[in-house]
Amino acid sequence: MTDSKYFTTTKKGEIFELKAELNSDKKEKKKEAVKKVIASMTVGKDVSALFPDVVNCMQTDNLELKKLVYLYLMNYAKSQPDMAIMAVNTFVKDCEDPNPLIRALAVRTMGCIRVDKITEYLCEPLRKCLKDEDPYVRKTAAVCVAKLHDINAQLVEDQGFLDTLKDLISDSNPMVVANAVAALSEIAESHPNSNLLDLNPQTINKLLTALNECTEWGQIFILDCLANYTPRDDRESQSICERVTPRLSHANSAVVLSAVKVLMKFMEMLPKDLDYYGTLLKKLAPPLVTLLSAEPELQYVALRNINLIVQRRPEILKHEMKVFFVKYNDPIYVKLEKLDIMIRLASQANIAQVLAELKEYATEVDVDFVRKAVRAIGRCAIKVEQSAERCVSTLLDLIQTKVNYVVQEAIVVIKDIFRKYPNKYESVIATLCENLDSLDEPEARAAMIWIVGEYAERIDNADELLESFLEGFHDESTQVQLQLLTAIVKLFLKKPTETQELVQQVLSLATQDSDNPDLRDRGYIYWRLLSTDPVAAKEVVLAEKPLISEETDLIEPTLLEELICHIGTLASVYHKPPSAFVEGSRGVQHKRLPGSAGSGDSVDSPDTASAAGVSEAPPAVIPSQGDLLGDLLNLDLTPPTATGPPPAPSSGLQMGAMDLLGGGLDSLLGGDLGGSPALGAGFGAPPAAMPASFNAPVSGGLDDLFDLGGGVGMPMGSYSPPKTVWLPAMKAKGLEISGTFARRAGVIQMEMTLTNKAMSVMTDFAIQFNRNSFGLAPAGPLQILTPLSPNQSIEAALPLSTVGPVMKMEPLTNLQVAVKNNIDVFYFSCQYPISMLFVEDGKMERQVFLATWKDIPNDNESQFQIKDCHLNSDAASNKLQGSNVFTIAKRTVEGQDMLYQSMKLTNGIWVLAELRVQTGNPNYTVSLKCRAPEVSQCVFQSYEAMLKN
Amino acid sequence: MIGGLFIYNHKGEVLISRVYRDDIGRNAVDAFRVNVIHARQQVRSPVTNIARTSFFHVKRSNIWLAAVTKQNVNATMVFEFLYKMCDVMAAYFGKISEENVKNNFVLIYELLDEILDFGYPQNSETGALKTFITQQGIKSQHHTKEEQSQITSQVTGQIGWRREGIKYRRNELFLDVLESVNLLMSPQGQVLSAHVSGRVVMKSYLSGMPECKFGMNDKIVIDKQSRASSEDGGKSGKQSIAIDDCTFHQCVRLSKFDSERSISFIPPDGDYELMRYRTTKDIILPFRVIPLVREVGRTKLEVKVVIKSNFKSSLLAQKIEVRIPTPLNTSGVQLICMKGKAKYKASENAIVWKIKRMAGMKESQVSAEIELLPTNDKKKWTRPPISMNFETAIKPEPTAQTRPTTDLQPRTRTTQPRTRPHRPPAQNQTTQPRTRPTQTSSPEPEPHSPEPDPHRPPAQNQNHTAQNQTHTDLQPRTRTTQPRTRHTQTCSPEPEPHSPESDPHRPPAQNQNHTAQNQTHTDLQPRTRTSSS
Repeated sequence: MTDSKYFTTTKKGEIFELKAELNSDKKEKKKEAVKKVIASMTVGKDVSALFPDVVNCMQTDNLELKKLVYLYLMNYAKSQPDMAIMAVNTFVKDCEDPNPLIRALAVRTMGCIRVDKITEYLCEPLRKCLKDEDPYVRKTAAVCVAKLHDINAQLVEDQGFLDTLKDLISDSNPMVVANAVAALSEIAESHPNSNLLDLNPQTINKLLTALNECTEWGQIFILDCLANYTPRDDRESQSICERVTPRLSHANSAVVLSAVKVLMKFMEMLPKDLDYYGTLLKKLAPPLVTLLSAEPELQYVALRNINLIVQRRPEILKHEMKVFFVKYNDPIYVKLEKLDIMIRLASQANIAQVLAELKEYATEVDVDFVRKAVRAIGRCAIKVEQSAERCVSTLLDLIQTKVNYVVQEAIVVIKDIFRKYPNKYESVIATLCENLDSLDEPEARAAMIWIVGEYAERIDNADELLESFLEGFHDESTQVQLQLLTAIVKLFLKKPTETQELVQQVLSLATQDSDNPDLRDRGYIYWRLLSTDPVAAKEVVLAEKPLISEETDLIEPTLLEELICHIGTLASVYHKPPSAFVEGSRGVQHKRLPGSAGSGDSVDSPDTASAAGVSEAPPAVIPSQGDLLGDLLNLDLTPPTATGPPPAPSSGLQMGAMDLLGGGLDSLLGGDLGGSPALGAGFGAPPAAMPASFNAPVSGGLDDLFDLGGGVGMPMGSYSPPKTVWLPAMKAKGLEISGTFARRAGVIQMEMTLTNKAMSVMTDFAIQFNRNSFGLAPAGPLQILTPLSPNQSIEAALPLSTVGPVMKMEPLTNLQVAVKNNIDVFYFSCQYPISMLFVEDGKMERQVFLATWKDIPNDNESQFQIKDCHLNSDAASNKLQGSNVFTIAKRTVEGQDMLYQSMKLTNGIWVLAELRVQTGNPNYTVSLKCRAPEVSQCVFQSYEAMLKN
Repeated sequence: MIGGLFIYNHKGEVLISRVYRDDIGRNAVDAFRVNVIHARQQVRSPVTNIARTSFFHVKRSNIWLAAVTKQNVNATMVFEFLYKMCDVMAAYFGKISEENVKNNFVLIYELLDEILDFGYPQNSETGALKTFITQQGIKSQHHTKEEQSQITSQVTGQIGWRREGIKYRRNELFLDVLESVNLLMSPQGQVLSAHVSGRVVMKSYLSGMPECKFGMNDKIVIDKQSRASSEDGGKSGKQSIAIDDCTFHQCVRLSKFDSERSISFIPPDGDYELMRYRTTKDIILPFRVIPLVREVGRTKLEVKVVIKSNFKSSLLAQKIEVRIPTPLNTSGVQLICMKGKAKYKASENAIVWKIKRMAGMKESQVSAEIELLPTNDKKKWTRPPISMNFETAIKPEPTAQTRPTTDLQPRTRTTQPRTRPHRPPAQNQTTQPRTRPTQTSSPEPEPHSPEPDPHRPPAQNQNHTAQNQTHTDLQPRTRTTQPRTRHTQTCSPEPEPHSPESDPHRPPAQNQNHTAQNQTHTDLQPRTRTSSS
């Protein structure tokens, strides 16, 4: 019986016919019809109109038919949610079926139907299936939890499925464990911070036990999960490694690579002097080499990963160069990757062999491969100095072949060789010049022009050569135009007499006839330089360039570390972090390698350790436009020398560069703003808004400040406490600051006395606050206009606003301040009385007061005693009123005056107080009620201070 | 995880489409067709990223299998799964062709439902799958409760590759050792790299749940033993092999191998590959193939191929077949050979040279004059390798070189057979040279060449690549007296027309460099028969 006939029904009225067949009484006919429906569905025809008819076939004891109907349901349920409900009963019934295969089938299918109403019905059956007696059902149910989580994460959490899933990790059946691990890992990915996969030594032990028993796929799930664990110490790390190493002999490459991932990661924690560390390194090489005997697609994935491993730990494969020699029948993608790894492994010891191979490759048929081989020869020259001469002569041989693309590639790499070894191989320039006419690719033309410009003094007809390029100036690509401009300027500076006309021509072409802003700008710069100061121009344009370093295509170290944690996955194939190609939150968390173990060699960082393996110093990663530093003007002329692999050309590099820039910019900006806050204010931005922008950088430095404002419950004047020394001269290179806070006419003021106890004049004062509990911030710059001479004091009042950034401080009224002058930046902290923050309209209506008092829970009430206060209630009331503490009512009960008071803080918090004054008793009782009880203590301290002064 | 799996025919029509994840839409099916199957240029990578969707593909004959995902999946696992999928399909309906896929699409959907759940591969062992996914559309009642739970426990159990209750009247176990030798030679004939990759393929027909042990003359083990038994005088006749690395079928207990170097397993029923290994020591080539290629003008090519047998003169190679590729623009070939028969097969673009038998330490040669049509086709000839196949009948000397302790112990209630199969020496690997001759520069003119073409490109370096492959099948059957070996050898010259110029009286000078690469496949097939007692 053949099923292919189902693919050929293309008649009109087909749907109608199918409908009739589906409703047929004959079972055989029904089944035939369903098969036709599935075939149509496969080729993309819309058969959703048959939904009710197909679902009617669901009630059957024929398993094959049932599966087909389920397949249909999974495809169309989403588009017909109402009708999908019809299927629910069957599912629920099937979940109770005595046959475990049917129970599992039902729960598996139900999870694939993404209709809310069905999902609700799924919960109960799923719960049962998770505890089913049959492991086949349990392992299916475990995956179903992940499905359900994908549809409705909240539901899964509410129903407690996650806990059940966690329990399954201890299941007796290894496959159930593996699927539970897979499901939990997936769910954990979308909750980066949850401790879902609570990995602890006990669970790890369970996983390692299951590892020996479950299917190859299960082993992969478990190993991938293990890789996320960070062992507590090197001993644990070693014991896990020991139990994972046998997996390296598995026939399934994925098991092997996942095991390699775990080992590569955990190895970071092992002390390098440990015998086991060396053993492990040795054990890693053979399986990696064996991967190269696998099918080509797997070889490709393996090679992309080996590329990473070789960068991280070159010692593993340093003797295995030969296995990367390409074979005649390797697919092109394998050949290209092998070539990359050959370059990475090239060293003085094996360079002769490598070069011989590369020379062979350069004569192959595939253009991309040949190009890459030619570039590789250039990279060898740059990497292994001893081989440079042979590389150059090989390249010259290749140029002699006159094969167009070979010549062009060779010229591009020779330019880099010139940069690396100046004044060594310039004798070949003549040969290069012979091929000038055959160059038609921008990169090669630009490289050639650079060479001509750079060595203009040695090329007799340099002007003619460059002039020939100039004819079609406007048809050239920007790269070539820019290079030509620079080269001609170089030529002019070297041979000014004969080339004046040429330089004028190119400058006018660049500045007047070009629409390209880069070209125009560069033209103008040169023009101005040349016209104002030719000597300076010479210094700038002909400045000595730094040598290029050996490796221009290494993956940036932090990215490499992350990719090592993703060995075997797509990220390692693309050489990009998952966030670069995965949508949404999944897998976006950045993984990091664990730090090396502290025992014995905490100094030895993994980086230096791995570099130590290669006798050479760690290769510096330079941005691909390495020339940028040396020849600013050549900014984008010298193209990156990296020959990225086809799928992800040098993207890693770009990302690294971005990181670098981001970090650099931040610290630059931070440093600047922190250093001279006055600068920021000087721009005339709204003063209140300014602090926010440059407060953050300061905070870091303030964290571990000595606590100066120690005098907490300080005695108070009528409105403000007396000045205290905030910043002693000893700690601030002679600047002493004492000060206090006051509230004058509704404005909070910071009143300071600055004394210069140093020997030199101080100027350029500026002040900055760290974020604080009530958002205090300078409302304007610190006004100290005259320089502060030695032994002079100056009074300064700084108005404060309360709209700055807020961060809760401990104690609440702590304020961290940075003061800058021409000498340095100094930090101190002080405390302000909270009464500064009581606003003028803090009087509450009586009714409101009563209601609020009742409304605030009693838990929030706190009582304090104020001792030795000899005021009567009226005097106290008056005194407090001056500080914006308003008495709303007064009651006298049994010789005790009860004052009900209210105050409001700048941030809108109301504080209600009951002050009990008993005549003749110097001790007052204050009860404070506030919705934010943490302010009570401060308010009480202020009460005490206000009443006693 | 895998978001969807599609199967296409060579035209890009979808034959099977199964979507596992919500993030994969129908448009993914078309994206792959348009960007990969229909893409003009050669596919440069088996992993393609199109609009943040990743496609993994493998090809089997003209069928494309593609797995699709939007997540950071384990790429190695996806490919391993695709291969496995092919194996499973092949086990069910044979060759993976459009016809077969269409004929079995219901079955394929059923399989896909079972072996991939939400994109996670599940048990994919055919042995287990065949117990409950059948093509008969069995009704669920047909299984008794015991049978059902037996199925499920097998599918999820520790020994997922074998079902219980297998019974054979005769317990048999066949073991083939297939080896292929890879060798890379420099133009000077220096061996650059060589390794033997071997596979141990088994066929087991054993009852019950047999516990098997397999021994190798592995250096580590032998050394350990000889050290232990050094008092006995430690026979030096025992040869051991240093194995660089080996991988095992999932039935082998890896932790036991890691700790004791013993290979113990409960075998699957039927055919399977028990292990693969790789060794780089003591590799000898059975044949050397020396191609000489000379270009005579643009329309003529002279090829001479010499083969030298490099084994003991007492041995005999049989059914030797040498295949010499010819350029695509070949119009005619004249052949002379010392031994055997040589024929030009235009449809295969090759000269096929057959020799019935050839003793060791002998040599033979074929020379051919190939007429070429003038062509301006820019596409270069890829210069495929010369290939060679042969069989050798050799006398096994098993006792001297194998570990005599290969115990097969099928543990069943009824039978307790015990065998000591003799494995032929693993170092009987033969080698095969991949030859890559390069650089024949002949600036000299050619006397009889037609009018010089003014537009002819300047003299070109001639590059030849020859590749030799040898397959050796050693089939020592324990019960037979004369085991046989088959060898295949491939090697290729690649002549490229070079243009002669000026000076009519000198013959074209030649200097040829050869890089040779040899590949040999040695198949060792000790067939052991275990009969129940």
